[in-house]
Amino acid sequence: MANKQIVDTGKPNHLLRDRAIQLLIYLVVLCVSGIFLWILLDLIRGGSALLSWDFLISMPRDTGRAGGIGSILVSTLLVLSIALLVALPIGWATAVLLAEFIPAMSSFGSWVRYSLQVLAGVPSIVFGLFGYAFFSIYLGMGFSILSGGLTLACMLLPILVSTAEAGLRAVPESYRLSAAALGMSRAATLFHVLLPVAVPAWAAGLLLGIGRAAAETAALMFTSGYVDRMPESLLDSGRVLALHIFDLSMNVPGGDAPAHASALVLILLLLMINLVAMHLTHLWQRRKLNTE
Amino acid sequence: MIWWKCSILFQSVSIDRWFNAGLRLGATVAALIMALILLFLLLESWPALQHIPLMRFVTDDAWHPLEDRYNLLPMVTGTLYASSGSLLLVIPLGIASALFMAFYASPRMSMLYRRLIELLAGIPSVVFGFWGLTTVVPLINQWQPPGASLLTAILILTLMILPTLVLTSYAALIAVPDEYLRSAAALGLSRWGMIYGVVLPAARQGIVAGILLAAGRAVGETMAVLMVAGNVVQHADSLFAPIRTLTANIALEMAYAMGDHRAVLFVSGLLLLLLVMILTTMAGWFGKEHHGE
Repeated sequence: MANKQIVDTGKPNHLLRDRAIQLLIYLVVLCVSGIFLWILLDLIRGGSALLSWDFLISMPRDTGRAGGIGSILVSTLLVLSIALLVALPIGWATAVLLAEFIPAMSSFGSWVRYSLQVLAGVPSIVFGLFGYAFFSIYLGMGFSILSGGLTLACMLLPILVSTAEAGLRAVPESYRLSAAALGMSRAATLFHVLLPVAVPAWAAGLLLGIGRAAAETAALMFTSGYVDRMPESLLDSGRVLALHIFDLSMNVPGGDAPAHASALVLILLLLMINLVAMHLTHLWQRRKLNTE
Repeated sequence: MIWWKCSILFQSVSIDRWFNAGLRLGATVAALIMALILLFLLLESWPALQHIPLMRFVTDDAWHPLEDRYNLLPMVTGTLYASSGSLLLVIPLGIASALFMAFYASPRMSMLYRRLIELLAGIPSVVFGFWGLTTVVPLINQWQPPGASLLTAILILTLMILPTLVLTSYAALIAVPDEYLRSAAALGLSRWGMIYGVVLPAARQGIVAGILLAAGRAVGETMAVLMVAGNVVQHADSLFAPIRTLTANIALEMAYAMGDHRAVLFVSGLLLLLLVMILTTMAGWFGKEHHGE
């Protein structure tokens, strides 16, 4: 971590200016940290009253005012698993190709990379429009968990590719040279040498992807739909947790208490996922330093 | 580097070729998704583009889609006001935070603050919206009713795009070569003198790229704005007036839109996509030049 201490040697008015600016910067940091804690405490205070094991497993009743979020959690899990099942093979294949198999400056490589870079910036509501037009209507999946999951898979690709590619690129070149010198083929090198080293980075990317997917709302409004029953098949509509929070707070009068509890569940889940991902990234960076 | 075609670990000679083909297939699918998105937005908005002259999106007297009046302008100004307002707030906050991490904090504090910013980035937009709706809106309502307004949208958006700017500008700041810092110190510059005179100019392109990325996020944000901005179709005349953004408009009306109305919503989606594409492409240029240094 860069911590560059420079001795103050300026004139007195410079000293004063430096102190004032330092104070301002500390104030900004305090402010941001304070707001973060404020959000967390607000959610914990509002949500902890209703949160219980029973709330997690029972079905929502009376459009969500009473009961729990059992079916919502099941739908969320289904949408997530479909998204990952589809996005992981495609994303990781792309990452391996970009990092190991084609030159960084090749035209195919830069086309794929540019396309993914643009995809990463597409607003989630536009993904929602696309998923609705393509999966729900053109492919005839209707409002279903399947079409929601596939829409999410498109959203996840850029983050999966970029984390996995960075993980592979961080493996020192000497590993590849040694593997080639030992007479290993490219595929063998990938599976036996590069992947074992890059695993923490890939896992961190996977977790970040899960976090991104679980947080998504706008892309699922017109694809996986609003129905809060327990889904019976993948072609059923299923309401995900984030959408449940939105619906309760905007469309259901008196839905604030369960909305608070659902928001608390979602945020605890995401904080956990993100903390583990950060830990993995940290681990990987340390390992990278050790191998260099 | 010369790779062996066969090895004891994978006996088949052609495995590399098959493997390569499989990877190429995956990458092609990944790259085609963007083209597919563009294609389907164009296809769906085609009916509207075909028989509604483009000028009508700005000259119609109001947004009454059910009576065939499609003036998108209030939503466009809503989006522009909200995102430029939040950019004005986030630029000083974000750069100050990045400077704190790079030059003012101890390594431990810096790491801690970085974690906090990363966690802030992980909070879903619907939770930001919910928090805004239950906490910020009532607060502003006591001061200037109705509370759900441009100001609330700006505040919530600022929190949401802050991590993007902080993390990118931090990366740009620590990429400034150490020699610059040492030379500045040797010249007797004070800490702020060094930051203002040496570090910020050297990291300018990376920071601008971060600002553009943050702008892209602000323009594309839907749920949080939908929940706190009040959603009245009008040109905002003050900070306390409720507004509706392009994204919120799509989210609100898509559920019941038919025919031309639906096509016009797809047109606004296309507009959003183009706007964000321009911003991210520009950010890409700046980022590349910055790395090229």
